[in-house]
Amino acid sequence: MSIELIIGILNIVLISTTPLVFAGIGELVTEKSGVLNLGLEGLMLVGAVTGFITLVLTGNYFYSLFLSIISGVILSGIFAFLVLNLMTNQIATGLALTIFGIGLSAMLGKKFAGTPIDGLNPYYFIVISFLLVFSVGYFLSKTKSGLIVRAVGENHNSAYALGYNVIKTRYLTIIFGGVMSSLAGYYISICYAPMWQEGMTAGRGWIALALVVFATWKPWRLLVGAYIFGGVAIMQMNLQAIGVKLPGQFFNMMPYIATLIVLVFISSNKVRLKLSAPSCLNIPYEKNS
Amino acid sequence: MKKQSLVLVVIAAIVVIAGIFFITNQNIQKDVSDDQKKIGFIYIGPPGDHGWTYMHDVGRQYLEKELGDSVSTTYIENVPENADAVRSIRKLAESGHDLIFTTSFNYMDQTLEVASEFPDVKFEHATGFKRADNVSTYSARFYEGRTVIGHIAGKMTETNTIGYIVSFPIPEVIRGINAFYLAASKVNPDVKIKIIWVYSWYDPGKEADAANTLINQGADIIVQHTDSYAPCQAAEKAGVLAFGQASNQEAFCPNAHMTAIEDIWGPYYAAKAQAVVDGTWSSEDTWQGFKDGMVEMSPYNEKLLSSDLIAEAKAIEEGIENGTIHSFEGPIYNQAGELVVKEGEVADDGMLASMMFYVQGIDGEVPQ
Repeated sequence: MSIELIIGILNIVLISTTPLVFAGIGELVTEKSGVLNLGLEGLMLVGAVTGFITLVLTGNYFYSLFLSIISGVILSGIFAFLVLNLMTNQIATGLALTIFGIGLSAMLGKKFAGTPIDGLNPYYFIVISFLLVFSVGYFLSKTKSGLIVRAVGENHNSAYALGYNVIKTRYLTIIFGGVMSSLAGYYISICYAPMWQEGMTAGRGWIALALVVFATWKPWRLLVGAYIFGGVAIMQMNLQAIGVKLPGQFFNMMPYIATLIVLVFISSNKVRLKLSAPSCLNIPYEKNS
Repeated sequence: MKKQSLVLVVIAAIVVIAGIFFITNQNIQKDVSDDQKKIGFIYIGPPGDHGWTYMHDVGRQYLEKELGDSVSTTYIENVPENADAVRSIRKLAESGHDLIFTTSFNYMDQTLEVASEFPDVKFEHATGFKRADNVSTYSARFYEGRTVIGHIAGKMTETNTIGYIVSFPIPEVIRGINAFYLAASKVNPDVKIKIIWVYSWYDPGKEADAANTLINQGADIIVQHTDSYAPCQAAEKAGVLAFGQASNQEAFCPNAHMTAIEDIWGPYYAAKAQAVVDGTWSSEDTWQGFKDGMVEMSPYNEKLLSSDLIAEAKAIEEGIENGTIHSFEGPIYNQAGELVVKEGEVADDGMLASMMFYVQGIDGEVPQ
């Protein structure tokens, strides 16, 4: 293999993995505070379509990025209100958010499907995604606010007793996760494959969710995991093109199989599981209880 | 407080859902006068996909324009290929439709199921092979277009490497690869094709990755049998050439798009609707290509192709139309070196319909 070929492969891996890093790191922070948001796919699609429509209408990348982020704030804000204030079931609400996002994005984007646009250079986002993972890692382990987020996720009653505002903390982490998903969607429709088509995220939200478990809620492992998932997908394409016979369906299942293996591994060791998984994940918090 | 707001949310949700049902029902149960024939369509995707469903919708609009007031058309989009399809097809049949087109391969059993319940309603199933007294099947010979683009690719490639992105290993796709390779290797014996299966009809990100991977491995022409225009866009960005898929995609990649194979359903839809109006409809199997205008080539890109090459491409179109050229002319060998089509003969429709092998010269194996 020549150097150029390898650089080319790395380039494709970087471009294709970045949306997983964005969506994954956002969900990681949300889950660290004890909330499971299954709405990533819907958030990504709405972020993608909002950014795309704004770009078509205004031609301005800044506005489109801004509105895409706003869409994430609004949708994840609604999700936060439902699960935190009304204490709805997080899994059901998250699934509803995904279904809602798929429908809403299809409806909004109907008139804009097939409009040609000029894509944005993906490298800005790639650099930002790396910085983001390191900042989140630093935030969660080295800052006071990060420790509060983790405390809220580990035991919300104790965190409340210590004087921390559980609801407010979770609002912030949910909205952070929502914005990251929107960015992932924006990246897909503006940089990765500059176009809008219904359902164009094609299940990447679910892979990002699997990734958080795969990473056992650790930011640096999330980055490594994302690049393993992305790298395997691109490598199998390269091998196919060289003429090596591979079971393609198997590689499509890879992320999920890998996550299952990690789940089996961590759940077989109670201590290991306790150390990484937030204890209050998916448990509703009732004030004054 | 909390209970009240919960109740409010539930009421709001009910109102929204009721509203959605009201609107969709309105859409489907348009009132029409009795002498008008109602034609229904079931789509797998949205009409805005600029590929497969888009071209079926163009066909539907053509039908409406041709037949005018004697028909009215309705469609249901994004119908999944599962039990949901039965519900959607039955909905059209129950609401007084006379002719229903189901436009994807995996609606096959669902179409037959509903057809057996409504013997007076006529059904047309695209790309399938199961028929009944009130169910016809129809498809297009897309592979004829593959022969044309294979010829162009064989002449245009400088690296002698062509990247081919494909969805699923089914006969239609394999037939396309073989037709393409036979035409390309005829004009350029050194040509190699690199094939990537993405196992999806539609995933723009993955299709772009596959295109970039092929370009990175030295392909200077990208061919696709998937539904989005991401590969063509990726080719444009990398400065290599490509062909569009199902519809003219030149707007998305003007400096890469040499031509595209277009699916033209309009005249067929109009003819079948007319047959229903006249009462002459009968169950049959239709498989048409260039000759009947069901497959067409998009305008050849004059910026990229020489006028000589465009003339050659048009000559192939014409040859296929009048029968002097066939996409699968013998001698054709399979990868094991066995003669599958004898010299002087052409592959028959039976072989084409069930083609699951690569011809000699293609590297790799057909995935199982």
